[in-house]
Amino acid sequence: MAMPTVGDEVWRYSRIGELDIDAYRPAAATTTVHGGDGYLGIAGEVETGVVHDLFDELNLAFHEAVVLTVPKGTVVAEPIVVTHTVGDDGVAVFPRLIVDVGENSEVTIVERLRSGDGIEALVVPRLYLRARQASRVSYLAVQQLGVRTWQLGNQYAIGERDSTTQLATVALGGDYARVRTEAIVAGQGATTRQIALYFADGTQMHDFRTKQDHAAPKTNSDLLFKGAVQDHARSVYTGLIHIRKQAKGSVAFQTNRNLTLSEGAWAESVPNLEIETNDVKCSHASTVGPIDDEQRFYLESRGIPPDVAERLVVLGFFDEVLGQLPVGAMAGGLRAQVQAKLERRLP
Amino acid sequence: MSTLEIRNLSAAVGGKQILNGIDLTVSSGEVHVVMGPNGAGKSTLSAVVMGKPGYEVLEGTVTLDGVDVLALPAWQRAQAGLHLVMQYPTEVPGVLLAAVLVQALVARGASTDGLDARLATESTRIGFDAGLLHRALNVDLSGGEKKRNETLQLAVLEPKIAILDELDSGLDIDALRDCARRVEDATNETGLGVLAITHYNRLLAELRPDRVHILVKGRIVASGGPELADVLERDGYAAFSGDEPEPEVPPRGGSLEDLFRLP
Repeated sequence: MAMPTVGDEVWRYSRIGELDIDAYRPAAATTTVHGGDGYLGIAGEVETGVVHDLFDELNLAFHEAVVLTVPKGTVVAEPIVVTHTVGDDGVAVFPRLIVDVGENSEVTIVERLRSGDGIEALVVPRLYLRARQASRVSYLAVQQLGVRTWQLGNQYAIGERDSTTQLATVALGGDYARVRTEAIVAGQGATTRQIALYFADGTQMHDFRTKQDHAAPKTNSDLLFKGAVQDHARSVYTGLIHIRKQAKGSVAFQTNRNLTLSEGAWAESVPNLEIETNDVKCSHASTVGPIDDEQRFYLESRGIPPDVAERLVVLGFFDEVLGQLPVGAMAGGLRAQVQAKLERRLP
Repeated sequence: MSTLEIRNLSAAVGGKQILNGIDLTVSSGEVHVVMGPNGAGKSTLSAVVMGKPGYEVLEGTVTLDGVDVLALPAWQRAQAGLHLVMQYPTEVPGVLLAAVLVQALVARGASTDGLDARLATESTRIGFDAGLLHRALNVDLSGGEKKRNETLQLAVLEPKIAILDELDSGLDIDALRDCARRVEDATNETGLGVLAITHYNRLLAELRPDRVHILVKGRIVASGGPELADVLERDGYAAFSGDEPEPEVPPRGGSLEDLFRLP
């Protein structure tokens, strides 16, 4: 497949034009898995042949896969944590996580992406997740890449009848970091819930594309993405709710809120609806703007200095997402990282 | 002993002049009530004194114990001892009341030791549901809960002078009594000076004013003792508006001025 360009609709607003793919050599990230004993293995049936773009193709060719299979009727008590660390300059790594959760099973998976701030690298992760009938799956991606590392991620999740899938993301790192998610509610009564916290500073750019794809009757999807940009950072969120003809009686919500914390920062939000049937309940909301003046004044009128007042408002804004993370124990540490980032905002 | 002095204060919003030379002096332990009809400039007065952005001071001075308040940003005015109880307390999603009070005390260099106990005591006193202390500020609170919350912050932060902007709007009679009594107590316990701005005199049943001022068209048109509120109740604001003469304030014994007043 050819290298995409910003002329392609799905790469609109992206920085794909800056990518010199030949500058990187394929290599393996250091990958560790904790809590996966008994579940690591080869899954036979998760559809991973989806090839939407050149990077899907490259991942297929060069990947190192982690395959997690949870047998039918199994509750995995502790989260399974997969960590990919990129340690070398000039490498392109292709992590591939395949998750197959059996009927009526329950599991929480955390996938962490890390590289040092000096590491110039390209990370092309792929997630293929199948939640079988009545299973309950929570997935949390924590992106803490260095500020010179690129990320071009795709995620594909399919929820079968009566399953519940939560896809959560916390993105703090990267130079240009993009994640495209297709969450398909494919069986009647299935539910997906997507949440994200993203916060870019310096010259970082975060780029999220989501698709809530309703392919069966009486399916539910809900999405809450909250982001902030400061200094000269940028972010773009593009979201589509697609209700197919057969998805009568479905309910879909999409909310994207963005705070611009510096004059030189930029955020864009592009919500879309594609509804092919009647008898559905859909709504979307999106906002981009600075901290609310009334909120700031309220706190300042209590004697709180402006920088502290802003920090309180931004942390309060993100707490709505942090409070819903699949692994509550991680919220405190991630909140501290958000706060540290706020404290180093350029004047 | 603290004194808030407002001298010849004129201010505009969006290029339109709202206040036309206000003079008011509020000292510790005193309760001043400014009453006025809609559009008189009541909320503008409280916003300008507290330093809300968007208001332009055209003329005049505001000082607290001699400190030029107008030269300070809002947060420094609060630290200097001013406090605004808002008519419509802002909802701040995700920011907990307890966290705000901690930051407000820390910013003042005040101790937060015993804050939890203090909050529990004040919640009981004001009839504020203590369960709301660890909820987001004002989010999904009823009108009465919001005003109890405002009053609780006032009680904990112990300012020198409090401006109450329509404390009596949007709350039921029980909540009004609880809030007004707590403010009244503060005037005795910590010497709080109060500038209460209101439309109706139902606030005065609980909060006993030393002075009542009538604000019409951005100007104080009459000042007097509590009896002025009764005149207002009887005659309405119409008696004070336009070019009509100032009302007859019941005389307080004969002064030289009264004896030699021209007919």
